[in-house]
Amino acid sequence: MATTSVMGGSVRRREDPALIQGMGTYVDDLQPTGVLQVAFMRSPVARAKITSLDTSKAKEMPGVAAIYTHEDVAHLGPLLAQVQIGKLRPLLADGEVNHMGEAIAMVVAENRYQAQDAAEAIDVEFDVVKPIIDLKEAASDAAKVHDELDSNILHTWTYHGYWDALGLEDQTPQVDAAMERDDAVVVSLEMKNQRLIPVAIEPRSVMAEYNPGYGRFTVHSSTQVPHALGGAISKTFGMIASDVRVIAPEVGGGFGSKLNVYNDEILAAFAAKDLGRPVKWTETRREAASSTIHGRGWVGTATIVGTKDGEFLGYKLHALADMGAYSQNFTVAIPLLGLWIASGQYKMPVSWTVDCVVTNTMTTDAYRGAGRPEAIYYLERIIDAYAREIGMDPFEVRKKNFWQPDEFPALMGCGFALDSGDYASNVDKLMEKADYAGLLRMRDQARDEGRLVGVGVGSYVEVCGFGPAVLAEIGFSWSEYGLPASFNGSGLVRVNPDATVTVVIGTGPSGQGHETTWAQIVGDGLGIPVDKVRVLHGDTREHPMGIGTFGSRSVAVDGAATYEATLKVREKAAKIAAHLLEASATDIVFENGGAHVAGSPAPRVEWEAIAKAAYQAHTSPEDVESGLEAHTSFSPGNATWPFGSHIALVEVDPDTGNVELLRYVGVDDCGNEINPMIVNGQIHGGIAQGVGQAMFEDAVYDSDGNLLTGSLLDYPLPTAADLPSFELDRTVTPTDVNPMGVKGVGEAGTIGTAHTIVNAVVDALEPLGVKHVDMPLRPKRVWQAIQEARG
Amino acid sequence: MEVSMTVNGRAVSADVEPRTLLVHFLRENLRLTGTHVGCETGYCGACTVHVDGKAVKSCTMLAVQAEGADVKTIESLASNGNLHPVQEGFWERHGLQCGFCTPGMIMASVALLDENNNPSEDEIRHGIEGNLCRCTGYHNIVRAVEYAGAKMRGEEPPPPDWEGGE
Repeated sequence: MATTSVMGGSVRRREDPALIQGMGTYVDDLQPTGVLQVAFMRSPVARAKITSLDTSKAKEMPGVAAIYTHEDVAHLGPLLAQVQIGKLRPLLADGEVNHMGEAIAMVVAENRYQAQDAAEAIDVEFDVVKPIIDLKEAASDAAKVHDELDSNILHTWTYHGYWDALGLEDQTPQVDAAMERDDAVVVSLEMKNQRLIPVAIEPRSVMAEYNPGYGRFTVHSSTQVPHALGGAISKTFGMIASDVRVIAPEVGGGFGSKLNVYNDEILAAFAAKDLGRPVKWTETRREAASSTIHGRGWVGTATIVGTKDGEFLGYKLHALADMGAYSQNFTVAIPLLGLWIASGQYKMPVSWTVDCVVTNTMTTDAYRGAGRPEAIYYLERIIDAYAREIGMDPFEVRKKNFWQPDEFPALMGCGFALDSGDYASNVDKLMEKADYAGLLRMRDQARDEGRLVGVGVGSYVEVCGFGPAVLAEIGFSWSEYGLPASFNGSGLVRVNPDATVTVVIGTGPSGQGHETTWAQIVGDGLGIPVDKVRVLHGDTREHPMGIGTFGSRSVAVDGAATYEATLKVREKAAKIAAHLLEASATDIVFENGGAHVAGSPAPRVEWEAIAKAAYQAHTSPEDVESGLEAHTSFSPGNATWPFGSHIALVEVDPDTGNVELLRYVGVDDCGNEINPMIVNGQIHGGIAQGVGQAMFEDAVYDSDGNLLTGSLLDYPLPTAADLPSFELDRTVTPTDVNPMGVKGVGEAGTIGTAHTIVNAVVDALEPLGVKHVDMPLRPKRVWQAIQEARG
Repeated sequence: MEVSMTVNGRAVSADVEPRTLLVHFLRENLRLTGTHVGCETGYCGACTVHVDGKAVKSCTMLAVQAEGADVKTIESLASNGNLHPVQEGFWERHGLQCGFCTPGMIMASVALLDENNNPSEDEIRHGIEGNLCRCTGYHNIVRAVEYAGAKMRGEEPPPPDWEGGE
């Protein structure tokens, strides 16, 4: 049985009873009277001028209420984006299309079948232009994607120059000088970190209603950021934020894909207002592939320089990152998240340059890890290659260069300090858990038998808990959506008159179990059982401020805010309890649903009496205001920096190139844990997505800009049969960045995994002399690498 | 077209367009929204229901093809307030996160255990490989099915593996 204890206990999830009975409410489940359905007519080509667009025939189709094109919505402007570098997306194509799947016309009809029929009946003619798909070709500026932009390179992130105010030193000369040393070993690899499609299993869906009498929108959306969406709608339509209510009910997975504000959300609101009826759109899986953001998409060369005995002297990365055609939300800022962990867990100078390149493809933005899996992949792959070059154990090399426990907070060249860590102990625990020495013996024995078995190791540090208020100065905020200009946490705790507790938080969970975790935080703080705590989220009317759920930030920032609000409520409740017990408030302790004086369990006053007293002036102390609630904003002074290390055991079939993942062992460190069961689950899912990138997933456009991977048949996700059970353990190094000592865990598994798998496969192929194989490691690619190595 | 079938033990009939998918009939005509649509191509399995006792992906079937059939959806699984052992297993072993694939995953797991209530881990993994989950990495889904199998055999389920490490 799962325990019912609180902080640190694996409490069964409060979310689950509805979900396991099919009674959870997702947006597409909503079917209000009179609801109209949307279908988009989307571009079948990557790049073209639209020479004619005729909706007249389609408008006569059965059930059609309206068809909108650019002219109808031009007055609303382009889609708002937080980071406005590059070309912003028009709500509907403005005379040209720039990627396959771009929305050209919006059909609203009585049902989804009729809407789709009409979308197919729209007459459109294109003057097709050769698209620019290849990243290197785009970066060369031989031809431009958007005539109005100076270059296809929208922005260049460098390690020292990303934030002028910090006055950071350019460490490139140090790295270059190290390469000239006589004892220098320089290892360099060009590697791809391929484009991915997030594939939340719930397709995105939005349902908008407008009441002209009240002048209010109510918008249900499958979003991770309801407040940002509310802000975008109010700004677009010139309304006050209080007149736009956004509700994110159950959200069926997000992984960053629901962290954007999308044109379809704005358009659904527009159509609902225009037609005076509820309007719903649910994307098809094919649309999800072509028109919901993609992630990753880097190609780059990583170079490490070190001594022959394993001391790192410097690291260099030059990469091109694919932005796609239009910038949304954070698009151009995503590589910046990688920059902050460019040096990983290691003390060494770094020269890091990532060019953000526009192409005729779908926009990229945050996909689980967002910039960090890319940065760690390049670093950890090149460290692996370096260890092979000098013939040293890859863990030994890492341990030799880690920041040491007494060096924290460890100020990195990027200007941020790693908060806390004990990296070597983490590796030691992993080596013991996995029986690393035994694995290597097994591998060597298999090699002697002619089998291709590999042991891969990898470490990672990530940057989470967004965020520190100073980041707002470089655009890390929701200010473009009209929200307070920093990513503060926010938590409201209210003890109700019946001694139950309502907690209102500004997160936007999509499966992370916030209703359980927050009930534990508050229940533990107040000494009230978790089953009397109700956690509300995802409704802009309930909560004054919400940043949403992304970047593994929720517990570290909003959880910390809620914790502090809990303490405030407890402080006030102590005064009331003291009044009722005729004692001193400083002596009051709370436990088991009531309060008493420390050291003397009786007399005791139950929470029911405290709550009741708080709401009736004649029974509460004179100097205590009526009511029992507190709202707290929390502004962390630093991000949090979780870390960990993983080991993969693989076997490659030399005849087919098939890779079998035999074991996967991880020891992660996310600081203190509130619910270890949920933490395990987050790491499991993260690992699976890392394995997905390493072995299966690849979003491919051909040279004409056709997306070749538009269905789950062409874009394989890992299935249950592809994965082993994962073997997990943890080290616990709390952070002092927030009062709970928690760091965040949503992305850890993904950031730690892809390089670990590739390192394992390269290890398996080492006897053949293979130095690198680009992801995904599907049989054909691995087989080809084997054939090439065998000449 | 007129279509009639039994859904969760009740006789239902409706006039539908011939192209109406069974999943849309269940969700939109009968308002049984526990059955989800994840991909419309029969690949993800979120729409899995039982038709005449077999697990079927209801987005690959027309409503009219289910004429006269006995259809069971996730909403029928718990009886008199008691969860099915598979539902209980998913709750006890954290076999779900966002919950979107869960109804289909549970229906597939029930069909699996109905055939073999003592499957090996490998048999479980292959038994549910037609159902995609993006959140759990399947680890705890396998544990949930193991839990349910033990319950259905009248045995004590193995303890959760998050207690005291794994």
